[in-house]
Amino acid sequence: MTFPLLDAHLIKKDFPIFDRVMRGGNQLVYLDSGATSQKPLTVLDAERQFYTQHNAAVHRGSYLLAEEANESYDNARQVVATFLGGKFEETIFTKSATEALNLLAYSFGNSPHGDRFFLQPGDRIVVSEMEHHANLIPWQQLAKRTGAELAWFPITSEGRLDQSEINTLINDRTKIVAITHQSNVLGTINPLSELIARTHEVGAVFVLDACQSVPHFDIDVKELDIDFLAFSGHKALGPTGIGVLWGREALLEIMEPFLVGGSMIETVTMTDSTWAPLPRRFEAGVPNMAQAVGLSAALKYLDAVGLERIHQHELELTRLALGFLSEIPGVSIVGPTDLLDRGGVVSFTIDGVHPHDVGQVLDQHGIAVRTGHHCAWPLMRKLGVVGTTRASFYLYNTPEDVESLVDGVKSVQSYFKV
Amino acid sequence: MELDSLYQEVILDHYKRPFHKGLSGTPTKQVHHVNPSCGDEITLNIELDGDLIRDVNWDGVGCSISQASVSIMSELLIGKSVDDAFKVVEEFTELMQSKGSILGNEEVLEDAVAFAGVSKFPARIKCALLGWMAFKDAASQGLSQQVKGEK
Ligand SMILES: Cc1ncc(COP(=O)(O)O)c(C=O)c1O
Repeated sequence: MTFPLLDAHLIKKDFPIFDRVMRGGNQLVYLDSGATSQKPLTVLDAERQFYTQHNAAVHRGSYLLAEEANESYDNARQVVATFLGGKFEETIFTKSATEALNLLAYSFGNSPHGDRFFLQPGDRIVVSEMEHHANLIPWQQLAKRTGAELAWFPITSEGRLDQSEINTLINDRTKIVAITHQSNVLGTINPLSELIARTHEVGAVFVLDACQSVPHFDIDVKELDIDFLAFSGHKALGPTGIGVLWGREALLEIMEPFLVGGSMIETVTMTDSTWAPLPRRFEAGVPNMAQAVGLSAALKYLDAVGLERIHQHELELTRLALGFLSEIPGVSIVGPTDLLDRGGVVSFTIDGVHPHDVGQVLDQHGIAVRTGHHCAWPLMRKLGVVGTTRASFYLYNTPEDVESLVDGVKSVQSYFKV
Repeated sequence: MELDSLYQEVILDHYKRPFHKGLSGTPTKQVHHVNPSCGDEITLNIELDGDLIRDVNWDGVGCSISQASVSIMSELLIGKSVDDAFKVVEEFTELMQSKGSILGNEEVLEDAVAFAGVSKFPARIKCALLGWMAFKDAASQGLSQQVKGEK
């Protein structure tokens, strides 16, 4: 099978981890990029270069290294901002998407009475049933703390967002709508335009969990017309310990800080403080500088390959996986079975074998998949499964990887005699 | 194959036909334990008569390792005194933490020595221990409940 668009075999060579030998003497078939991606050498080199050549605390010293560190960190921010279609001031580094979403929830929760983001009983926060815990619990707990009500979009039996009640769900009292762009379990890509239009119609803000979209397809925050976006660097070929919150400048301007301390202030007395301008207001302490630099190298790598090519490549792998897996008796796909509004995530169950055991047997073949509830416990309950086995694809996966998965699934069935 | 050291025949048998599964009787204590990393859940009943374990039964969802482990455990501990049972639990816990360095004392653990291979798979140790931890919890609570006379 050939892919005119993208040569994953060639791309694999940029990722040293694929030289490793796995259990059973097998090559690594890495199908867990939805959890975290592998890293190309260029990303590791960029981090190393920062540490070996430019390391100093940003925003502080007045010496050469500090200037260079500032410049590296600023450049990294500009790369991320451009990648998202946003502005430098609107792009805030966090340690992860989880922290970015908590930043929002705590900042809103800190809003004084009468402020735009102030929440009280009667107000509403809307999420969906397919959220990752990271985009559910911050809002669930914010609702608890403020007395606001948490409401959610259900999913259809096919695993798509059920928007039929959109106008009653997103009502006049709604202040925040926080939805994932692509489900990390089902692979569903949620159509956003009506959601965003309705959110703005009632004067609420729209928060996009872009963890599974930013790394995999082209998105532009201005075109989408969203208000906030969060993603994690480590799922986008970048290092761990670096995430991004993007927010509309006018909104960030009026938000309360979340973490307070060094770097994020303008003036400080023993009894009071004022805040630095954006984006530093939301970056307390010495930031993860090398990781930010590593992330910018990752995004440049993705840009050079081309997000559209990556998306098409993943769709082709998904098409193969859905086709082969659904032909195996006893295997059920969890999530949409066609390619409409879908990304490179395929969840499935095997009759008579628990996902944990599926993962164990696949591991013996060098195949790394995610098993369990995927940090989406409410979704699992809704789907009526204890968990699933999930294969998630990225630019370095080949059609042979899909074939290995399919053979692996068959060997699971023969091992457990089902 | 490495896998066979994990999935011993006796484990797969218990997984397919678990013992003491299904909640019944009048338990002295019922507990519910979960493994938050994989979502496995177990509800376990213990029926005590003084220090004697009259019955253990359970229900739950989980992988072959967790289901077989609680099945073998129930079979092993029913009829023992709580003290003796705790010694078995301790021995089993030690086996799980051994990283494959010991085979397990078959006189104490009987069929449960089949789980020795699990200790080489760090991600599965919690699966094997889920039922045992639930038992320990239920037995301790059941005992102190009896002492307080609220049976
Ligand atoms: C959809 C989605 N949202 C949020 C997160 C949280 O990302 P992190 O753990 O990197 O903060 C994940 C990661 O699994 C995810 O898949």
